Amino acid sequence: MIRSFASRTGQMLLVIFGISVLVFCIFFATPGADPTARIAGRGASPQVVARIRAEYGFDRPLPVQYVTMMQKLFVSRDLTSFVNHGQRVVPEVLQAAPVTLSLVLWAAFFWVSGSLVFGIASAVLRDSWVDRLLMVLGLIGLSMPVFWLGEVVNLVTQSRWHDTFLFRWVPPLGYVPFSQSPWGWAKALFLPSLTLAVCFIGLYARVLRSELLTAMGEDSIRTARAKGAGPVRVWLWHGLRLSWLSYVSLFGLDFAQLLGGGALLTEVVFALPGVGRLTYQALATLDLPLIMATVMYAAVFVVIANALVDGLYALLDPRIREGRHGR
Amino acid sequence: MGAEMLLKLHHLHLELPNGTALLEDVSLNVRRGDALGVVGESGSGKSLTAMSVMGLLPGLKASGSICFEGRELLGMKDREWRRLRGAGMAMIFQDPMTAFLPVRSIGAQIDEQIRLHDRVSRREARARTVALLGRMGVPDPEAAAKRYPHQLSGGLRQRAMIAMALSCGPSLLIADEPTTALDVTVQAQILTLLCEIRDSGAGVMLITHDMGVVAQTCTHVAVVYSGLVVEQGPVAAVMARPLHPYTQALLEAIPPLDGPRPEALPTIPGRPPAPDARPEGCVFAPRCRFVRPDCAVRPALREPEEGRHVACVLYDA
Repeated sequence: MIRSFASRTGQMLLVIFGISVLVFCIFFATPGADPTARIAGRGASPQVVARIRAEYGFDRPLPVQYVTMMQKLFVSRDLTSFVNHGQRVVPEVLQAAPVTLSLVLWAAFFWVSGSLVFGIASAVLRDSWVDRLLMVLGLIGLSMPVFWLGEVVNLVTQSRWHDTFLFRWVPPLGYVPFSQSPWGWAKALFLPSLTLAVCFIGLYARVLRSELLTAMGEDSIRTARAKGAGPVRVWLWHGLRLSWLSYVSLFGLDFAQLLGGGALLTEVVFALPGVGRLTYQALATLDLPLIMATVMYAAVFVVIANALVDGLYALLDPRIREGRHGR
Repeated sequence: MGAEMLLKLHHLHLELPNGTALLEDVSLNVRRGDALGVVGESGSGKSLTAMSVMGLLPGLKASGSICFEGRELLGMKDREWRRLRGAGMAMIFQDPMTAFLPVRSIGAQIDEQIRLHDRVSRREARARTVALLGRMGVPDPEAAAKRYPHQLSGGLRQRAMIAMALSCGPSLLIADEPTTALDVTVQAQILTLLCEIRDSGAGVMLITHDMGVVAQTCTHVAVVYSGLVVEQGPVAAVMARPLHPYTQALLEAIPPLDGPRPEALPTIPGRPPAPDARPEGCVFAPRCRFVRPDCAVRPALREPEEGRHVACVLYDA
């Protein structure tokens, strides 16, 4: 147990290290990626360029630069932005994190409950008009770009019909911290998270439907019915239990990816100051320390989520617990 | 005779929604304390017969009559049928590995069946489960109940399956090829177990393609061919003197244990007809060595001798 935990942690650290090296190389070590010119501005004199190069340490060897950056990012946490001089990067990311976390939690709630209802309903009523309707709706949800949907939602709820009774409650764009007003927090996040959840509902409902239908063809489901279990029990207790696995792994990865800044478009469209929007700003201004920080933040989440999913897997399926000689 | 009739199938007919008949005419009887072996080739409809008794074939149209303990099952509401399933009648499946839910312990799965039919606490259900497993000869039943299907051997899994089937004291036990997935020594143990169950007064319906298994465990045998019962009678009598040409051919195909080894085993030429291409008359006629012109009319199941039923023109008076 302890040994597998240790090896798992080691693997996680290795992956994070690999990602950090990769990102560093992309931005600092690829030919023509010299950040000095950008910081110095167009038409800077050679003296200024040389001074900046020395000041930021760009004249030192790459491994040294890498170690210095990692040290500033993880140990002393005083890495500063190249664009807004003097602004510290780490507190900025940590400030943005709760916004993204709130958004993604709400979205996950919507997409899990929505996809469970739609997926189970269309599996139970397979090949009926309900099933077809739900699957077409799912496909539409899946293929609507989230930024477009977000803009449409904004257009409708913020301007066109804002004064009708339907959308009078919609607050102006932006984020309200939970500590300030829980109700305002929920109101501010309702539409953004629903928008974010739409495409996931479509995808997850389809996955769940097909997994559930495969599971219902298993011998063990026949056994359950031979035992005298009713349809509700057979579908929800036996069928779902068998079809959880791919749903859970998909969920873990998507959830982590969104927490790490994958909700970028939604955050930008709804003006939520989350990690995604921070990444967007960093990319727009090519602010390398900020990019480094957000990417590392995302990587940590994805790696942790992966480990959690694996743990959940073992909990859900005892055959995996025994390791290689399972099925 | 005398013994109480448990299950009576009368002209059971089963068809697909598109009209293809899977079972044409299945009539058979199981009494309490009887073990009826249902034999036939793959695809002859033996498993379908079992599944239709359990009511596990939604989407297929059944007609005729399935009478269980004096109650007509066809046309019964699913809710009532569900109450019978697992309690009045129970089923054992061919492959205990896939028949159990792989992700829950076998004890939990047996508990579930007990609690579906009897209002007992979790603890009582578990006590019954452990007792049942013990009775089925599972060593250290308490620990075994906590294990998952993939952690048990094939024989233990099948014992657990039987324990689950017997957990609510069913009066009819349907076993669908319970020994096919097991090796020979385990097979013998499981068959002995089935005999004990039969002796305790339940009716057993054993689906198999193995005449040897029938001879070992059953009191009666029904031979199914292409969705029809062609012969039914006591095992000893049928084995000693099969009436239907198909049964005769089947028994001849068993290799002899002593005497000179035959050059080649006798086989039945041809193959059974597909459900949508059954002949009008006797279904076995195309492969029968006694085929006559009047085989063009399908013979009914008659009783030429006391207790023996056969569907063949050879025995029409």
